[in-house]
Amino acid sequence: MSILECKDLSKNYGHAPALDHVSFTVEPGHIVGLLGPNGSGKTTLIKLANGLLTPSEGSITICGMAPGKNTCAAVSYLPERTAIPTWMSAAQLLDFYGDFYADFRRDAAEEMLHHLNIQPKQRIKQMSKGTREKVQLIMVMSRAAKLYLLDEPIGGVDPATRDYILSTIIGNYNPEGAVVISTHLIADVEKVLDEVVFINQGRLVLRSSVDEIREEKGMSVDALFREVFKC
Amino acid sequence: MRWQFSNELPIYSQLIEQIKVGVVSGMFPPGERLPSVRDLATEAGVNPNTMQRAMTELERDGLVYSQRTAGRFVTEDKVMIENAKRDLAQHHIHAFLAAMFRLGFQRDEIASLLQQQTQEEGLSNVDSGM
Repeated sequence: MSILECKDLSKNYGHAPALDHVSFTVEPGHIVGLLGPNGSGKTTLIKLANGLLTPSEGSITICGMAPGKNTCAAVSYLPERTAIPTWMSAAQLLDFYGDFYADFRRDAAEEMLHHLNIQPKQRIKQMSKGTREKVQLIMVMSRAAKLYLLDEPIGGVDPATRDYILSTIIGNYNPEGAVVISTHLIADVEKVLDEVVFINQGRLVLRSSVDEIREEKGMSVDALFREVFKC
Repeated sequence: MRWQFSNELPIYSQLIEQIKVGVVSGMFPPGERLPSVRDLATEAGVNPNTMQRAMTELERDGLVYSQRTAGRFVTEDKVMIENAKRDLAQHHIHAFLAAMFRLGFQRDEIASLLQQQTQEEGLSNVDSGM
């Protein structure tokens, strides 16, 4: 069964359509890039998958279920903005995630925090922006989830931190689950993706595997993106 | 191992080539156990399914083999490794010749230039840089 399935999915904000009859599936074990320019509907799609928004038309399901209590237990979500409580210490954050999620692998998270030289007593508030983003990603990837929804995980961090984040994703996702990464920094992520979904103005414009694009067109996904979305 | 990728070619084929170079250059010695697909993928910064695909092709060619429980190993067949080395060399020579023809050199000119260059490098004992 598909991990994520969108069927004729539409979402309107008032009269403005944010997503316009989008259909695609994400299969187990795959890392999929949700790629599109600013305002193309990437975050809307991720919020629909989380149940933070409801579809105007069509449907979105996770492992066959509509977003709700059951799917939240299976979905690990990295929001666009850092959303961890800043007054907590690293140790409190580990407790917090352990209490909330049955699939939280505390050992894995502790090891990764240790690797970053983060002390258990250190407060989130005292960390730099880059470190906070790393800590939040560690929490998200330490869950043995069915679906990881990562909204702009590498936006606004330096290239070394990008590499760290990408290798943390590859090294930790549950191989029976799937990963959806939304981004417009394509050159950085394309090597870690199985497939890409291009969306523009709420419509799906292309869906292909990364190596298919390179094989058939002799260009990188980044180059193709620049061609398709030329301003 | 330093992994590098160009934009024009599929990633799996670049992985195959770089692992071959690793085997030929002795970075992955004959009979040695290879790291797991996920570890190699993390190190190279690529998708684990793409690394798996590269491994499957290398296995089909016989350069690596897997043992059901013990993992994946580099072949112990020295002849096969030598052949892989020749193939890679051919590949580089073709690319070199194509570039030289584009610059307008003739075959005999290329040969004499090459000879001159290797003699000079022989004197200064330049490393191959692999």
